[in-house]
Amino acid sequence: MLQKIAVPVLAILGFLGFWEFIVWVNGWPNYKMASPSDLPAAYVRFAPLFLEMGWQTLWRTVAGLVVAVVAGTALGMAMGFSRIARDALYPLLVGFNAIPKATLVPVIALLFIGQHDFNTVLMAFLISFFPIAVSVGIGLSTLEPEYRDILRALGASRVTIFWKIALPKTLPEFFGALKVSVTLAFIGTNLVEIVSPHGRGLGALFKSGETNGDYPLMFAVLIALAVLGIVLYYAVVALERIFAGWAERPQG
Amino acid sequence: MANLIEIKGVTHAYRTKAGPLPVLSDLNLAIPEGEFAAVVGPSGCGKSTLTRLIAGLMRPDLGEVWLHGEPVRSPRKTVGMAFQNPVMLEWRTILQNVILPLEIVAPRMPQRQREDRAMKLLDLVGLKGFEGKRPSELSGGMRQRASLCRAIVHKPEVLIMDEPFGALDAFTREDLWQTMRDLRAKEPFTCVLITHDLRESVFLGDQVFVLSGRPATTQHVLDVDLPADRTLDILFTPQVADMLHLLRDQIQIAQGRVPGAAAAGGH
Ligand SMILES: Nc1ncnc2c1ncn2[C@@H]1O[C@H](COP(=O)(O)OP(=O)(O)OP(=O)(O)O)[C@@H](O)[C@H]1O
Ligand SMILES: [Mg+2]
Repeated sequence: MLQKIAVPVLAILGFLGFWEFIVWVNGWPNYKMASPSDLPAAYVRFAPLFLEMGWQTLWRTVAGLVVAVVAGTALGMAMGFSRIARDALYPLLVGFNAIPKATLVPVIALLFIGQHDFNTVLMAFLISFFPIAVSVGIGLSTLEPEYRDILRALGASRVTIFWKIALPKTLPEFFGALKVSVTLAFIGTNLVEIVSPHGRGLGALFKSGETNGDYPLMFAVLIALAVLGIVLYYAVVALERIFAGWAERPQG
Repeated sequence: MANLIEIKGVTHAYRTKAGPLPVLSDLNLAIPEGEFAAVVGPSGCGKSTLTRLIAGLMRPDLGEVWLHGEPVRSPRKTVGMAFQNPVMLEWRTILQNVILPLEIVAPRMPQRQREDRAMKLLDLVGLKGFEGKRPSELSGGMRQRASLCRAIVHKPEVLIMDEPFGALDAFTREDLWQTMRDLRAKEPFTCVLITHDLRESVFLGDQVFVLSGRPATTQHVLDVDLPADRTLDILFTPQVADMLHLLRDQIQIAQGRVPGAAAAGGH
């Protein structure tokens, strides 16, 4: 238990020490590269902004992810249960996923002018639903026939089979995908925040640091983003433990 | 006694990329209520297909499957199934796994009553004390026992088993034969057992149906004239040896070989 906390903490301290050392050895000034010792001052000075903007980034990421879970699961179900849907949707989804999402930012911005919250959530969703759809689709379509047959032989409906067997059985794959999606959604949110004029959120705070040449602020935002990303990721891990903990085999 | 299951002239082919694959051809068989029918036949001859037709999971191209005097057109609640793979739901405990069919067949039954029924069966198969465990914590034989309980928890008229003991070691398998025999004494059901093990077919069956090679048809029916409370010792009697010999010859015919030729060549 102690080891579980101590090892990552030491690793992070080691990383910060290395960063401080690199900046010091090269004699980089603050306008080239901030060092960790510059950051606390930036956090103290902009504390209310960090809280406000961090909250903005957080809720919009989570909102986008929730939409992605609902839509991704629905798409995955369609692909998992119907061959026709699978054949029709797969190339579309793969093609859409291949588009760099940065190119969509101006499109969305023009479509929904000034709807900053909406645009951000939309981007978080668009960038993150794909892994969920694919994993649910594959999970359902590869369900062993016997699993379906034990219930189908009793006259159970497709919906019942989905709730009682197919869904729980795909949960481990689903959470695997969700871990990828949560990071993607976070990137999507920040993308819009950084690119949009008059945006809000940590991305916008980064942008304002850049505009004002405030390097410690920019790096402080980056660290805050990393921390928020870690928090989101481990929130998913915690959910996985609760809902799919049974899939974890006891280690020898 | 009336026939519970009647298979009348069933012919079925799978549509594959290489064209239709005929699997069953004008297959007839009848199983009286309460009887135990063992079905043996060469690998790939269509035995699993037959179980899916009886369960109503598929409909044959030609012919009909009758259950209790009614043609089977779709799945019905009065069937229980067990496979070689015990198909345990890993996220449920053993008890919850056994209860599963009751959730479908008897949605209004109180949970207490379901658990009592499941516990009674788990006790019968020697799994008392394991009801709270996850399937991954049990051995293969124990999982298969739980799977048997699940197949009969809703008191089906017909229990359909497709090589249920096929993946178990010889000793565990013999244990499960005895469990099966004892279950039948306490829980009356008609049984269709697909197996590759001739000794199993004779120990458990009242009748053994030998299917021909693909496309399968009923090639031979053996009446197993042994007492219901038979013990494993009976497998060593001359009477059973004769039956096994006959079945083995029949399987060789089904495989398209001359009976006895392989044995003679071996000397
Ligand atoms: N869904 C399917 N589509 C196409 N062909 C199938 C399908 N299911 C089975 N077959 C083919 O039909 C034949 C009979 O299959 P079946 O599973 O009924 O045989 P079996 O007697 O149970 O075999 P085994 O003894 O190996 O269990 C096999 O050749 C198999 O390849
Ligand atoms: Mg088979």
